Amino acid sequence: MKILKDGSKTQVSFTLNGTEVDGYAEPRTLLSDFLRHEIGASGTHVACEHGVCGACTVVVDGKAVRSCLMLAAQAEGKEIRTIEGLAASDDSFNKLQDAFHKRFALQCGFCTPGILMTLSSLQDSGRRYTEPEIREALSGNICRCTGYREIVDAALDVLGDRVVA
Amino acid sequence: MVGAAAHADEDKYVGRRMLRVEDQTLLRGRGKFMDDLPVAKGTLHAAFLRSPHPHARIVSIDVSEALKQKGVKAVVTGEDIRPYTKPLIVGFENPMDYRGIALNKVRYVGEPVAVVCATDRYRAEDALKYIRVEYEPLAAIVDPVAACADDAPVLHDEVGSNRVSRRVFTHGEPEAAFAASDRQTEITIRYPRNSITPMETYGIVAEYQPDTGGYDVTSNFQGPFSVHAVMAIALKVPGAKLRHRSPPNSGGSFGAKLTMFPYIVVLSVCARLAGRPVKWIEDRLEHLSSSSVAPNRVTRIRAAYDADGTINALRMEHFDDHGAYLRAPMPAPIYRMHGLSTNCYRIPNVEVINNICMTNKCPTGAVRGFGGPQLYFAIERVIAQVAKDLGRDPLDLMRQNLIQADQFPYRAPAGALIDSGNYQQVVADTVDQGGLEELKARRDAARAEGRLYGIGYAMAVEPSQSNMGYISTLKTKEEREKAGPKDGAVASCTISVDPLGSVSVVGDSTPQGQGHQTTLAQIVADELGVPFEMVTVNLETDTQKDNWSIAAGNYSCRFSPASTSAAKTAAERVRRKMALIASRFMNVPPEDLLFKDGWIAAQSNPENRMEFRRVGGLAHWSPSSLPEGMDPGIREVAYWNAPELTPTTAKDEINTSLAYGFAFDFCGVEVDRDTGELRIDRYVTAHDCGTILNPGLAEGQIRGSFASALGASLYEEFVYKSDGTFLSGTFADYLIATAHEAIDPVMVDTVATPSPFTRLGAKGIAEGNQYTTPVCLANAVADAIGRQDITVPLTPAKVFEWVNGEEEPAPQAAAEDEAEDLIDYSGDALRGQGSTFVPASAEQVWQTLMDPAEMAAIIPGCKSLDKQADDHFTGVVSMGVGPVKGTFEADIRLENLKKPRSADITGSLIGALGTSRGRGRVTLVEGEGGVTVSYEYSIHLSGTVASVGGRLLSGAARALVNQFFRALVRRAAPEAKSEGGGLMRRLRARLGGKK
Repeated sequence: MKILKDGSKTQVSFTLNGTEVDGYAEPRTLLSDFLRHEIGASGTHVACEHGVCGACTVVVDGKAVRSCLMLAAQAEGKEIRTIEGLAASDDSFNKLQDAFHKRFALQCGFCTPGILMTLSSLQDSGRRYTEPEIREALSGNICRCTGYREIVDAALDVLGDRVVA
Repeated sequence: MVGAAAHADEDKYVGRRMLRVEDQTLLRGRGKFMDDLPVAKGTLHAAFLRSPHPHARIVSIDVSEALKQKGVKAVVTGEDIRPYTKPLIVGFENPMDYRGIALNKVRYVGEPVAVVCATDRYRAEDALKYIRVEYEPLAAIVDPVAACADDAPVLHDEVGSNRVSRRVFTHGEPEAAFAASDRQTEITIRYPRNSITPMETYGIVAEYQPDTGGYDVTSNFQGPFSVHAVMAIALKVPGAKLRHRSPPNSGGSFGAKLTMFPYIVVLSVCARLAGRPVKWIEDRLEHLSSSSVAPNRVTRIRAAYDADGTINALRMEHFDDHGAYLRAPMPAPIYRMHGLSTNCYRIPNVEVINNICMTNKCPTGAVRGFGGPQLYFAIERVIAQVAKDLGRDPLDLMRQNLIQADQFPYRAPAGALIDSGNYQQVVADTVDQGGLEELKARRDAARAEGRLYGIGYAMAVEPSQSNMGYISTLKTKEEREKAGPKDGAVASCTISVDPLGSVSVVGDSTPQGQGHQTTLAQIVADELGVPFEMVTVNLETDTQKDNWSIAAGNYSCRFSPASTSAAKTAAERVRRKMALIASRFMNVPPEDLLFKDGWIAAQSNPENRMEFRRVGGLAHWSPSSLPEGMDPGIREVAYWNAPELTPTTAKDEINTSLAYGFAFDFCGVEVDRDTGELRIDRYVTAHDCGTILNPGLAEGQIRGSFASALGASLYEEFVYKSDGTFLSGTFADYLIATAHEAIDPVMVDTVATPSPFTRLGAKGIAEGNQYTTPVCLANAVADAIGRQDITVPLTPAKVFEWVNGEEEPAPQAAAEDEAEDLIDYSGDALRGQGSTFVPASAEQVWQTLMDPAEMAAIIPGCKSLDKQADDHFTGVVSMGVGPVKGTFEADIRLENLKKPRSADITGSLIGALGTSRGRGRVTLVEGEGGVTVSYEYSIHLSGTVASVGGRLLSGAARALVNQFFRALVRRAAPEAKSEGGGLMRRLRARLGGKK
């Protein structure tokens, strides 16, 4: 294991939305700060920095992770997905983005990247979810604008076990 | 579903469920929020040192060590800010000197004391611990009624009292009405401190420009821009030299991003002193402890009524708690609601007494609902109690006293000119669609089984677009005459048509997610007959370049009545101008022209037409073709105001807002006797907000408001102990409903009565549930458990006590010494007791305890310990609990030394993370093979440790005590080691303090 020196910066590289990226981080640099301020991927938002609100959620090696509770150095060599990687190569929305748009499932949009990444990690499983399961899965993401109904509906449109009207 | 959608005109965008244009940006992660904007190279990052004390005098601040830290370029204190500023003024004259940072005193936990400006945020935060502040703690006061007592500690010596304003208002003849009424009912309500805590916190980049002497600031400030004047005056610059810009996106506000302006002033001066731009992004602890909260309030309310249920008068005295400082436009919430002091009822007489109180808590600001939740909690609770006292059905009594549909516009006794409505119809639709009769049957069935089930009702007039003059109601008639009239609420909009004929709209509404870009595009596309996609709306603001006035911003449901009216007015002007140009080419009078589908056509002969873009282009490419005297180009600015927003009258009547919607809710709630938990069986909500501009957006506002109001009703409260210690510094302490807890209300399809006073007939819709939901649920709980005194949040612990009787309060530790009066050891104070067996003599143990070198080895985290006297030790201790780690200076004193039997210990730990004070007693009892050491302790915490670590600390304290005694055994009885696991087992059995 590489021992990192306090205060000095070392190179960190990982795959971000399918592309190799690298930058320099102190040992204590949070992954959220590294993504936003070193790589420039500012779509991931920081709202509590203590792991409760879920706004900074990204997908690391297929799992939803709070990037404010992970160090940049821990991301070395990992495969990371963020909001910037959701749209198709022709810039059209993916199914989740499209459902959020059609359902009015966002207002200020600050929590939305974290919510979309939490749901993206469910999407990978390929299975369908009940409403209580979706609500449970989203219980680590705080939204102050919507009251969640529209978010849950949008999620169910894509991941739900009900027939879409 | 919001019903009016069904009646939308198919030819129009307004009224249609248009999908949001904002989503294209936000769903791709391409939003530009405050922390996403690029900053100039060399920009410094600020971190604030904040007060750990609720009330203390600042004896000294030493920043020299902090300045030596790597990357630190400036450390700024209140005294450094003073020469460059004047005090931040409020709506009435008072001698309070507030500049956004502590000057000689701190008055709440979290108050800024110093600012470190460093090359990155991590380094700025690192340097905070090197600032040494010596405080002299003072007694604190947190209750607004107690704060008004003669012997209460006074926050602002220059004011001389914590009651900074008291006004008595008499509308109608309340005294006579009380004397003439058959009956009276009085209750007292307490509304707590809460906020809706936006996901994005405050963010500011400030720069000083020595070349112009001005400041350039970008921030997510939400307005009202009347506060721009307050900042410019404080910074001693002309308005134009304080340039303020807003980023394209703002991550929610709900009122919170109003009172960030003191930080703008402080950081502007920091930038000036540091000689570089300074950036600050507030963190969550800072937001929860020191940004903005709704004023908590105590109200004594009394109703006078006849035996037939006619309510003749209300009398209410409010104690409105604004925390440590007043910041403009405070105390606005209480005055914003003044005109509506009788809510939706025909009550002709009302007396209102407003006490504005200062306490040692975070200063207040705007929170969605702005004064309404507090007022309506009192009115709707007293009405429910009147019904109970009369043995009447509450809804029946409410209906009896409602303003009638033919009475609009209705002038309420305190001055509100309620524009339109049909309250009876809304109630009838809600009762019908919400299934009230079925809910009553469910209640009866539940009660028959012995379950606790109640039904609650609440109604509210929902004001929108504030009269900028209402705060003057705080002043006396004479003071108002001296100051000159204040009234109105100016909204503005600029619409341009460019050389290729596309349309841009610039508005003054600084939205935080409400979909204003979408709505304005709908309105302007309708007016100009162009496709929705041809209209681009930019709502970034720049006070040096854009149209704005004092009412600009996003608050008090201003957008739907005001910003839309300005946009419609500006669009009409563009259309009029383009019609004049087209009429010249088409040889038809301008009145004959129809704007539709991107064409301007003669109604008399549709074949005679010109493309919209061509007419727009002509104004740029060929000024000579324009009618004589017409200015070239197309750029129309509309400033719109409503004449109904008149100043406060000589009798203190004020039409506080322009448009008034109506909300009515009822709910069925079951209380679990064994856990105190509430189960909301059904919640029904109805809203009449006039013309619906976009049902998708309107429903989002209702659901969003309901969710935050549900939070305020069940979970959310900023908790302070009686000594001013703040306990709600994380989202694990200040609880917010997630998708898991959120419930969906039944939304009623009811009437939409347009406002006659707004251009599109629209009224605000975003605040209704803030007013109705807390009191609706409180009324249901009151009905379920038969209790009058109900406070929110309705936490299970509280409700359990109401149902099962209050627990005996834990015995207070004896307060012997005078300094202890400052400290509240109750509630979350750490307390413990226990004993351990040490296989050594009492003499050996005593020696160990009295030897600083031994103690340094025993105390967990102790770096050094020096003996100052036989009974006084000082040293340095490093400790961490969960996320909170820090170094503290320890000061330990021993008292009542009874060698080798017992000693009392008092001590304090002081560090950047807070101060803790504790006391305890150690007793040694010799027995077979050793001595039993018994201990008890109480520890009081303040500052960051208390705010964020409270939940973890009882466990942590037990762990530390265990570590301490294990170490004591090792040191006092080293030979006992040989007993190995046996001893550890024995110790474990004996250890473990109990709270």
